[in-house]
Amino acid sequence: MAFTKNIKAFLNDTGDIAGFAGQFFSTGIKPRFEVLELLNQCYIIGYKSLPLIGLTGFIMGLVLTMQLRPSLVAYGVESQLPVMVGIAIVREIGPVITALIFAGKIASSIGAELGSMKVTEQIDAMEVSGTNPFKYLVATRTVATTLMLPVLTVLGDAIALFGAYIGVNIRSATSFYLFFIQVFRSLSFGDVLPAFFKTFFFGFAVGIVGCYKGYTSSKGTRGVGSSANSAVVLSSVVIFFIDLLAVQLTDLLGLN
Amino acid sequence: MKTQTATENNVIVIEKLCKHFGDHTVLQDFALSVKKEENVVVLGKSGSGKSVLIKCIIGLLKPDSGNIKVFGQNVPDMSHEVLDQVRARIGFLFQGNALYDSMTVRENLEFPLRRHWIAASQNEVEALVMEALENVGLAHTVDLMPEELSGGMLKRVALARTMILKPEVILYDEPTTGLDPVTAREIDKLILKLQDKYHTSSIIITHDMNCVKNTADRVALLLDGRCYAQGTYTDFEHSTDPNIHQFFE
Ligand SMILES: Nc1ncnc2c1ncn2[C@@H]1O[C@H](COP(=O)(O)OP(=O)(O)OP(=O)(O)O)[C@@H](O)[C@H]1O
Ligand SMILES: [Mg+2]
Repeated sequence: MAFTKNIKAFLNDTGDIAGFAGQFFSTGIKPRFEVLELLNQCYIIGYKSLPLIGLTGFIMGLVLTMQLRPSLVAYGVESQLPVMVGIAIVREIGPVITALIFAGKIASSIGAELGSMKVTEQIDAMEVSGTNPFKYLVATRTVATTLMLPVLTVLGDAIALFGAYIGVNIRSATSFYLFFIQVFRSLSFGDVLPAFFKTFFFGFAVGIVGCYKGYTSSKGTRGVGSSANSAVVLSSVVIFFIDLLAVQLTDLLGLN
Repeated sequence: MKTQTATENNVIVIEKLCKHFGDHTVLQDFALSVKKEENVVVLGKSGSGKSVLIKCIIGLLKPDSGNIKVFGQNVPDMSHEVLDQVRARIGFLFQGNALYDSMTVRENLEFPLRRHWIAASQNEVEALVMEALENVGLAHTVDLMPEELSGGMLKRVALARTMILKPEVILYDEPTTGLDPVTAREIDKLILKLQDKYHTSSIIITHDMNCVKNTADRVALLLDGRCYAQGTYTDFEHSTDPNIHQFFE
């Protein structure tokens, strides 16, 4: 029973979020634009997430390399290690892990921030002060996450590849130059572009889910806490669904 | 205690206002009018719909039916643009202050100024902020964050933000609730001072009888969603109606 109830709640949420996203396109991105607030949010959302994304990216690249090595050694293709790691990072692990970390950090903070603004009537106060809170709060944050996640992913991938280079060098010596030549020679546009484009959708999902959960938060600290929490859970799930769709789509289009 | 009819002199006229949430009826055929430079206190028990009433007046909640004429125009019929223009002439003090907790006191006060009054220069903005803070005696807190202020100070900063646009009408939602008697009386005095200085009309929501006594030109009792009775403070004080009398016990 609880299970069907959960599924129903999930579907309800999805429908409401689709409506919320519709509102974003119909009213959120029309003039007048809140440019200052958008830049502020890009700084908060993008720049301040960079250390975390960089750290996790580095460790991910390093660990992935060390884990892959034994299998490749067993098949006698240890020299292909940079190629394997490069493809894994650029095509899948980089975008998805970055998006998940981003969801954990940003969706929760947006959910909590807008949630507490909602329950303390700060959103109403904005509206009374001649500001459309949907534009000022939701549109700016969603645009910021949509633009910043791709940037963070590119940087995260680069740092992860650097981690992989260190990982390769733990057991065998490769020059930095040779490593990157090997990685980039094996990558084609079909590897890079779809992976890059889907991060825009990941970013949009994180922003819109975080804002939706905050904006519809119920009263009290529990309401705010649970909107922060469910923002992370739901946006992570949505990221996997988008990933699933994206891989089917690139497959159909023959980009693989 | 007769009901007021609409005249030229009324800044707010509410007629036949109905509002319900689900199957819970909050306001039913509510009527009230406010004259120029008049302080009307709305009394009512907790949960009787006082906050809902003034949120309907400022257009934050949409009534199910009825008219709310502010400056002669009906709020529920207004477009966004007109509503914004009308809101610039109305001050709203939220029950929980609703100060932006990510902004300093200065930024909190600048926010409505910049939003409604795009042309004001930086010097003008600064002067208005300081004037508003001096009115409430808190000029020294201008660079503090709301979390660094006490409850009474927060209320006064919120009051400063409410009146920074020099509104013609101010709607106060429980301005003295949760404050000690001394601070509460200071707030009463502030309300009167502001009214004197800027000739505002106001609706004051409260169940603090001292505040009623100090500020009210007229009192209205909200009961069962209707305007149950209206009169002066003395009328109410001497009333034998148990519904009115209970507020004096
Ligand atoms: N957004 C809402 N959704 C559903 N019900 C609401 C909503 N806002 C208010 N209510 C209900 O309307 C009724 C009146 O609420 P309101 O906040 O106006 O009370 P109040 O008179 O201001 O009380 P208090 O003195 O405690 O502030 C309450 O029963 C409340 O549950
Ligand atoms: Mg209230």
